Amino acid sequence: MLGQVAERGIDCKNAMKARVTVTLKSGILDPQGKAIEGALRSLGIVGVSSVRQGKVFDIEIEGGDAAKAEDLLKQAADKLLANTVIENYRVEVVR
Amino acid sequence: MKAAVLVFPGINRERDMARTLRLISGHEPSMVWHADTQLPAGTNLVVIPGGFSYGDYLRCGAIAARSPIMDAVRGFADKGGLVLGVCNGFQILCEAGLLPGVLMRNENLRFICREVYLRVERSDTPFTRGYNAGQVIRVPVAHGEGNYIADGETIARLEAEGRVLFRYSSPDGMIDPNWNHNGAINAIAGIVNDRGNVLGMMPHPENHVEAAIGPTDGRGLFAGLVEALDRAA
Repeated sequence: MLGQVAERGIDCKNAMKARVTVTLKSGILDPQGKAIEGALRSLGIVGVSSVRQGKVFDIEIEGGDAAKAEDLLKQAADKLLANTVIENYRVEVVR
Repeated sequence: MKAAVLVFPGINRERDMARTLRLISGHEPSMVWHADTQLPAGTNLVVIPGGFSYGDYLRCGAIAARSPIMDAVRGFADKGGLVLGVCNGFQILCEAGLLPGVLMRNENLRFICREVYLRVERSDTPFTRGYNAGQVIRVPVAHGEGNYIADGETIARLEAEGRVLFRYSSPDGMIDPNWNHNGAINAIAGIVNDRGNVLGMMPHPENHVEAAIGPTDGRGLFAGLVEALDRAA
């Protein structure tokens, strides 16, 4: 048990944290964002002119090569995390 | 007809679909698990049923679309094999890139479970040969994300090439926003790929095939497929 914890600790040192943010392309209708916008208004939070809902993926990546990590994340986003018909994505690697 | 019905975790309409295929074709379909890499030998129709594959996690149909069996389906479709996707099956076909566009959250944000009217746009396809062009049929829908959309160029192409097979309509076949329940662009309920052998549709024709339950307007789709496949054989 202790050994496993120690091992995981070592992995963490070589891991990078990354974030992929997926947002709806402009021009794509966002009914959920619209509903949230309405709910904010009904809560008395004034001054919000528009809400668009998106998704955030916090990802840990093995190894320490940031450029490689970025390539990998772009692949992940293109292949699965985003539907590029309607969504854009942004990749950030945080060392 | 030798049909294969794909089964993914979270799919729940596969038995309705299998029952209808059996009832109308007289042949028992194979149930094919998502982790399989091959379709049963001799398969001439692949059906992706409705339900909530992977609990609609990430985006509806997204994870199922990347299952091992979908490579086999892609190969089958590339060779001209007939593929029918209903409801979640339509969403999976879009996510897999076998059909263009995407199914968004219904415009009114509600899950819609009701009977709808569909106008059949053409009858010269293997999927609609059991109907007349312009005929209005009554079938159920049950979905939260059926609001079809694609970029303007794609929609223009779908329309120009006559690839919209079904539209939500009034009982007398008029296209009207009041009868376009989920807000789909151009009231699109079902489309085919450029080759015409892959159909995705949100409504459930398989649920209206037995008089004991109600209307039988869904029969035409399956009866037409049986005819088309018999003719090809």
